[in-house]
Amino acid sequence: MTTLEVRHLTKDYRSHRGHGAALRAVDDFSVRVTAGETVALVGESGSGKSTVAKMAVRLVTPTAGEVLLDGVAPARGGRADKRYRSRVQMVFQDPFSSLNPSLPIAYQLARPLRIHGVVRSAAEEERELLRLMEAVNLSPAKEVLRKYPHELSGGQRQRVAIARALAPRPEVLIADEPVSMLDVSIRLEILQLLDDLKRENDLAVLYITHDLATARHFSSRIVVMRRGRVVERGRSDDVILTPVHPYTQLLVRAAPDPASGPFAVDLQRYERHPEVTLGALDPDLDTWPEDAHWARDWRDDDADRSLVEELTGLAAASR
Amino acid sequence: MSAPLLSIDDLTVEYRTARPVRAVDHVSIEIAPGEIFGLAGESGCGKSTLAYAVTRLLQPPAEIVGGAIRWTPDGADPLDVLGLDGRELRAFRWSEISMVFQGAMNALNPVHTVRSQIEDVFVDHRSGLSRTERRARAEELLATVGIDPRHLTSYPHELSGGMRQRVMIAIALALRPRLIVMDEPTTALDVVVQRTILDEIDRLRSELGFAVLFITHDLGLLLEISDRVGIMLSGRLVEQGSSRQIQDAPRHDYTQHLLRSFPSLRGDMPATGTRYVDREPERRPS
Repeated sequence: MTTLEVRHLTKDYRSHRGHGAALRAVDDFSVRVTAGETVALVGESGSGKSTVAKMAVRLVTPTAGEVLLDGVAPARGGRADKRYRSRVQMVFQDPFSSLNPSLPIAYQLARPLRIHGVVRSAAEEERELLRLMEAVNLSPAKEVLRKYPHELSGGQRQRVAIARALAPRPEVLIADEPVSMLDVSIRLEILQLLDDLKRENDLAVLYITHDLATARHFSSRIVVMRRGRVVERGRSDDVILTPVHPYTQLLVRAAPDPASGPFAVDLQRYERHPEVTLGALDPDLDTWPEDAHWARDWRDDDADRSLVEELTGLAAASR
Repeated sequence: MSAPLLSIDDLTVEYRTARPVRAVDHVSIEIAPGEIFGLAGESGCGKSTLAYAVTRLLQPPAEIVGGAIRWTPDGADPLDVLGLDGRELRAFRWSEISMVFQGAMNALNPVHTVRSQIEDVFVDHRSGLSRTERRARAEELLATVGIDPRHLTSYPHELSGGMRQRVMIAIALALRPRLIVMDEPTTALDVVVQRTILDEIDRLRSELGFAVLFITHDLGLLLEISDRVGIMLSGRLVEQGSSRQIQDAPRHDYTQHLLRSFPSLRGDMPATGTRYVDREPERRPS
């Protein structure tokens, strides 16, 4: 039972060896994911969602803010990072490039088992490899373990990548666009697998995606990001069915949804939904009820002006 | 439906490799003028091979082993597309059928300006235009797809993914074709950008009246933008019908499976995470 807490994370990227202007990729981002729960982080490319993922697994050092496990900030540095990563693992977007093409699957799964000290003998390793293959439904296990990545389909490769992430027996899983490179018809299969694994292992899952539909169906809460900042957050159904922030509305309108009628853009929706809190500052994780629906106040924000103008045009057109 | 512009009749394409692969298996499709026909299927189902057959871009080891493709513009005599050679093919391609390629964001030449890549089409396919006319037409085309003509002097890397895609569409529109084949034209783009491109395609279609053969693995998207939809599985066209009919009353198991495999965003459609096994080849003698 581990809770992942990301508090006030900020990341500035500096170009020209630190002399250029800083680009704030992530700006005061906070989220809490409890064990057995999936929280989705959605936004377009460049919104900062992958930077959040990389900071959560310590591939990128935050400019400010911290990542806590069960309320404690784990130590940093070589060995501590290794211990941290045995608790927090990541599944990458592209199963075609995240596996080493020159090594058999068995080797790629055995490495994390050895490195993180999960197994001590060859017999244990064998047993654990078979267990991992079974966990991700890859069979016949022994045969697949002998294969090289190019002999597997995209879906099978992503299963291997998931098995690799599970190898150190993590408590937190960061899944960064885990299905966006896969065919539509096998995406659900992989997401269903992640969902089952989450339940069986009581994992806290941060699901990063630009696909609102799977975000809604596989997570209890959704956090919408734009330009490094959270613009809306709440229970999945609330965010998708009554989106308040103009950007969330733009996303909902853009997503293909042939089974429903056209989505009506409505900038005044918040007036009919007093339960939605509008605020200029991100809610404080300690006092904020997790399920409450929050949106960033865009009405006086210059940064959102062009977005609001675009939305006003769309609202007029859909009337 | 009015008389078809393009009729693909019983088309079969094989890759003559060590173990021959039948990529397109007796497929028949008709596309009417001004219609958007969507073709859906997973990677490897043969949809791109079909697109390449229509535009006569197939390279060995791919070989058309059966069927016919006929082109009938405005009640003129049907043209046998597969019989075109050399100059006829050059005249037909791009001025009658053009194509927006898969991964079109990377299909632009990085070392040439947008202007020279658009003007290239005129130089290549219709030597009649003067330099000034070509310039004017290039400007007009960019404006048509909603890009400021000052970007004529830009290089591809100076444009966003969505803008590059618009440039590709401008190039496809250059000779005012009657049909544009679009192979996964929005797959690499963000949802919001994808939506603006789709809106743009729809607007241009109603203004200019071209037909579209739209190919993607994203059935949800296809159902929204297409007039009619065809579903491909292992080279076969297992079902075709109006978008409405495919959405509301899909007949083939595989279509039903595909429909269940993407959850509805705002609806409550149940989704399944199971795999579809194509049993047809086992039942059939080959």
